[in-house]
Amino acid sequence: MHDLKPTTALGGAKPRVDTIGALTITENIGVALASVAARLNGEKKTAQVLKKLLGDVPGPGRAQLHDPEAGFWMGPNQWMIGAPMVTHELLADQLKDSLGDAASVTEQSGGWVVFDVVGPNMIDAMERICPAPIRRMVAGDAQRTTIHHLSCFVIRRDADDHVRVIGPRASAGSLHHALAGAAHSVA
Amino acid sequence: MTQINRIAGGQIDRKSALKFTFDGKSYTGHDGDTLASALLANGVRLMGRSFKYHRPRGPLTAGSEEPNALVELRTGARQEPNTRATTAELFDGLTARSQNRIGSLKFDLMAINDRFSNFLTAGFYYKTFMWPAAFWEKIYEPIIRNAAGLGSLSKQDDPDIYDKGFLHCDLLVIGSGPSGLMAALTAGRAGSDVIIADEDFLLGGRLNSETHSVNDQSGADWVAATVAELASLPNVRIMPRTTILGAFDHGIFGALERTADHVAVPAAGKPRQVLWRIYTKHSILAAGATERPIAFDNNDRPGIMMASALRTYANRFGVTADRRVAVFTNNDDGHRTAADLHAKGVKIAAVVDVRPDAPRSLDYEVIQGEVINTKGRIGLTFADVRLADGSTRTLECGAMGVSGGWNPNVHLTSHHRGRPDWRDDIAAFVPAAELPQGMVVAGAAMGDFSTAGALRSGAQAAKSALGIKGRLPKMPQAEDAPVALKPFWYVDGTTRGWLDQQNDVTVKDVKLSHQEGFRSVEHLKRYTTLGMATDQGKTSNMGGLAIMAELTGKTIPETGTTIFRPPYTPVAMGALAGRSVGMEFHPTRLTPSHRFAEERGAVFVETGNWMRAQWFPIEGETHWRESVDREVIATRNSVGVCDVTTLGKVDVQGPDAAAFLNKVYCNGFAKLAVGKVRYGVMLREDGIAMDDGTAARLAEDHFVVTTTTANALPVYRHMEFVHQCLFPDMDVQMISTTEAWAQYAVAGPNSRKLLEKIVDQDISNDAFPFMACANITVCGGLRARLFRISFSGELAYEIAVPSQYGDAMIRKIMEAGAEFDVTPYGTEALGVMRIEKGHAVANELNGTTTAQNLGMGRMVSKKKDSIGSTLSERVGLNGTDDLRLVGIKPVNPADPAPAGGHLMNATGPVDATHDQGYVTSSAYSPSLGHQVALGFVKSGNNRYGEKMRLVSPLTNVEVDVEIVSAHFIDPEGERLRA
Amino acid sequence: MIIDHPLLGPRDAAEFTYLGDASLIDRPDWQSDTAAQDFYEYGYLRDNPAGWHQELWFHEGGDRSWLVVTRNTLTHEIKSVELARDVARQRGRSK
Repeated sequence: MHDLKPTTALGGAKPRVDTIGALTITENIGVALASVAARLNGEKKTAQVLKKLLGDVPGPGRAQLHDPEAGFWMGPNQWMIGAPMVTHELLADQLKDSLGDAASVTEQSGGWVVFDVVGPNMIDAMERICPAPIRRMVAGDAQRTTIHHLSCFVIRRDADDHVRVIGPRASAGSLHHALAGAAHSVA
Repeated sequence: MTQINRIAGGQIDRKSALKFTFDGKSYTGHDGDTLASALLANGVRLMGRSFKYHRPRGPLTAGSEEPNALVELRTGARQEPNTRATTAELFDGLTARSQNRIGSLKFDLMAINDRFSNFLTAGFYYKTFMWPAAFWEKIYEPIIRNAAGLGSLSKQDDPDIYDKGFLHCDLLVIGSGPSGLMAALTAGRAGSDVIIADEDFLLGGRLNSETHSVNDQSGADWVAATVAELASLPNVRIMPRTTILGAFDHGIFGALERTADHVAVPAAGKPRQVLWRIYTKHSILAAGATERPIAFDNNDRPGIMMASALRTYANRFGVTADRRVAVFTNNDDGHRTAADLHAKGVKIAAVVDVRPDAPRSLDYEVIQGEVINTKGRIGLTFADVRLADGSTRTLECGAMGVSGGWNPNVHLTSHHRGRPDWRDDIAAFVPAAELPQGMVVAGAAMGDFSTAGALRSGAQAAKSALGIKGRLPKMPQAEDAPVALKPFWYVDGTTRGWLDQQNDVTVKDVKLSHQEGFRSVEHLKRYTTLGMATDQGKTSNMGGLAIMAELTGKTIPETGTTIFRPPYTPVAMGALAGRSVGMEFHPTRLTPSHRFAEERGAVFVETGNWMRAQWFPIEGETHWRESVDREVIATRNSVGVCDVTTLGKVDVQGPDAAAFLNKVYCNGFAKLAVGKVRYGVMLREDGIAMDDGTAARLAEDHFVVTTTTANALPVYRHMEFVHQCLFPDMDVQMISTTEAWAQYAVAGPNSRKLLEKIVDQDISNDAFPFMACANITVCGGLRARLFRISFSGELAYEIAVPSQYGDAMIRKIMEAGAEFDVTPYGTEALGVMRIEKGHAVANELNGTTTAQNLGMGRMVSKKKDSIGSTLSERVGLNGTDDLRLVGIKPVNPADPAPAGGHLMNATGPVDATHDQGYVTSSAYSPSLGHQVALGFVKSGNNRYGEKMRLVSPLTNVEVDVEIVSAHFIDPEGERLRA
Repeated sequence: MIIDHPLLGPRDAAEFTYLGDASLIDRPDWQSDTAAQDFYEYGYLRDNPAGWHQELWFHEGGDRSWLVVTRNTLTHEIKSVELARDVARQRGRSK
């Protein structure tokens, strides 16, 4: 076992939680991520593996909200898979073991920051920063969109007042600032 | 002062008392007032000076089309020029000032311009200030800018927040008059997602300004009931104080919501304005119509206003501009002003109607005739009227309502080049069939001027836009008067009759323009500046057009129209910038060692969006060079560490990964062994070098490609292009992993010793030679990657760990390296060492250079096809005296060798014709004790040892230099293989 | 503008990066006798139509697909949007 301590995307030892008015923005450090891209002629097997893992294979613009592994569509024949960090830190290896040569798997855990935005005015806040039709999206809708010039995934969760924003890790501070600014605007 | 001109009625809260100042004087108004209505209530008609002639001006209108009453609001950093007093919502504590005056508003010193008006006519700037040319910039323009102008800026940072937001709907209704409300109601009841926006703070449009009833309710009551029903529908969003600025492609609209302009200071953290981008399938333009004036001499005196504006002030605000009012009209609508004001006890001096068959009144005199001139230095006192029999009469009046008919507000329909159609029956342009996608026009904007017509057309528009089936619901009862009007644009004999009051354009100017040959409307506009002010000629274009039509003997539709463009009304730059200001201008990217670097007092530099440590000063260092020199020496003598996370990383996998890299790199990658790294150059298809980096083969079907920091995104985009568009059946998958891995360069003779303490595997020179790479573990089990590559020219490695461990990793490296005095180094030291080693970066790969220029011509494989390989062989890119990358050192070690300088032969002229090349990179080499530079010289590879002159005539530099190999340090590469 | 992405539906053009004429898909054969001339024409000669134009857009802020968009340069009307990969295959491109 190594003794290296991870830091959060915002740079702290512990995840940051901000409550602004009725909205809570939580840095979620518990998500391990890996991307899966089906290879030519590996589409069928990839779909089988993902279906077994997630319950279903999410199509364009959709996420499969599932435990412990969940996933969303990223591009043609490409998905991002997420799972709890505590049990799945080696998610990419685990996926590669199941998928073999059917798909290319890339570890993504360090590439992203995950924010959970929760509150009754979540939609009002997101409308201030996010071009995606957040009000019309339903649970399981997942869109890549631009928030404060940053390419982010926006995923509507099961709860009506909850959206998950997955953005580039190096800009976690800027993304957090944008989310907090929008929260203040509608507070 | 009391509100001497406040009269009965209106939608104001008389119990409220809002104190405000105008030009330092205190007044009181009510909730529901605009600044203009409150000033008029207080007997103030004079609100500004005109743009060019500094003529006294008051409000012409009661809305956003206002050309005259532009004022400065607020003080300090919030000072805001050029705001229309007619739309500025009154609040307690508002401070307003008139503008464009020198001295007081009543005795503006620049009013002298008016006396010299003969010299200031159309084309004045072009004619008068042509000579001498040098005078323009230094003398004429500053004087004109000072004299002709608008308000002033605070020159302080705007303290307010501006949001940008995004809304999606099925139907956007623009305007909330009878047609807009009816459209929104019809669509809302049918269950569509509706947004209804109005620039006003009070919904209802003209229903608030007229005394018409709807069913058995007053117009205002019907509006309130309708708005209440709309508000109860969850699928309807009502947006007052929101101007739809522009219609953009495919159903995108820009909207500015003034969320806090009606309060002194926005609440903490709240935006002052929100710029919305509205996406909608359908839109209904229900923007109403604008009344147009009639031009006559001196028609611009304070007190002379649109007849409809006088009605708005009376009916909506309970204000009259004066106690004695005249009306000048060519249509029945003007008579309403007289009737409404009379009903409120205002004395009607007379209604002057140009028509012989004008309606009569028992309450006041109606005269057939024309207003030919007015009097009153700073406000209307008398009007001269020419009667039908040619005799004249003078009317005493302090205000006059003028009505020349109505122009539908077609503006948004022409944002996509749509040209309106002329309708003779209403003598106005209406939107033609060619409209922005998904738009339907309703109500007065379509020429349906009666209340009943507007209600009906609003409901119909919603039905047709959304395809709602079934019959129209029963329409409310309302007035349905037909338009009765005689087209009449200006009074015969008028010269100084104003058409465009904001830009000071008169009837005479239009005639002059015609006389001088500027006859197309576009020329007329540009020569006279008619309609070119911030109001875009909402009240003036038609008059100018009609006069030009008359002069050219054409009809108005033959004469044509100019095009309205976004924004519909002016927008503050702050709203367009949104939150992207200051440090938030763009997002910031922080490396995983950012906190570590901050703790060490690093000086950061922005490279793209990244913040990178530039150098790490230590105690006692007072100049950046001291820090950088120390970092270089420490690295070359022992070991240094640098965060190189910012380099782009693309994970390339798949059975065809090697074949794919063979396509994008000009050199070969197919035979690269697993566990090896290779340097590669990517060319553009035209043969110019695009980017360079390394590709590490971690497995048969897995490469990690690095790009330069700045090119990470373009290179990834290019790679996806090559795959998806050129070689779609290659079985390769790519994804960017730039931020997923924290990567550190560990460089220097002790780098291996340091890493041996961290890496769990054998990294001896035999086990892990130069250009090796591997998946490894560190510190007893953390997954990591190790690459034996060197940018500095030293024995060096790059080690990568998942980003979340980046902070821990740099601290571990510092701890393990303590015994070797490991030194963190920044981008400056990195740059010095790469110049010493002769490595090219963006300075050299500058978009004009080929692999050949870079001295890497032999890398371009001729045995395979790669992007750029064919065109790189073009004759023009392969001349014998082509530029080649060389090293440059000053002959005198104390001399500089600045980048940007050009190289000339040792003797001969110094000019562009004799240019031999240029310097791209330069640094002081602490290892060598003098400046070292890289650059390009014609046939440079054959000129080592030659003396040249490095010149920079702009900075008076001329230095004797020697051309040398670019590899100043360790040219044989012994160190990096050690 | 709105680009109707074949997989994701209508998306704001702001999410895309523009490249240019979709003829860039038709990269010449490097081994042809006329390769030098063919590449010159491929690289430098473009039509600049006032009207319908097939062009390449990259969904950089989205799913990273290259698209062939048939757009009217006069009106901005968009007639069709296809995945460039499909178009490339239709035009005979492979490995």
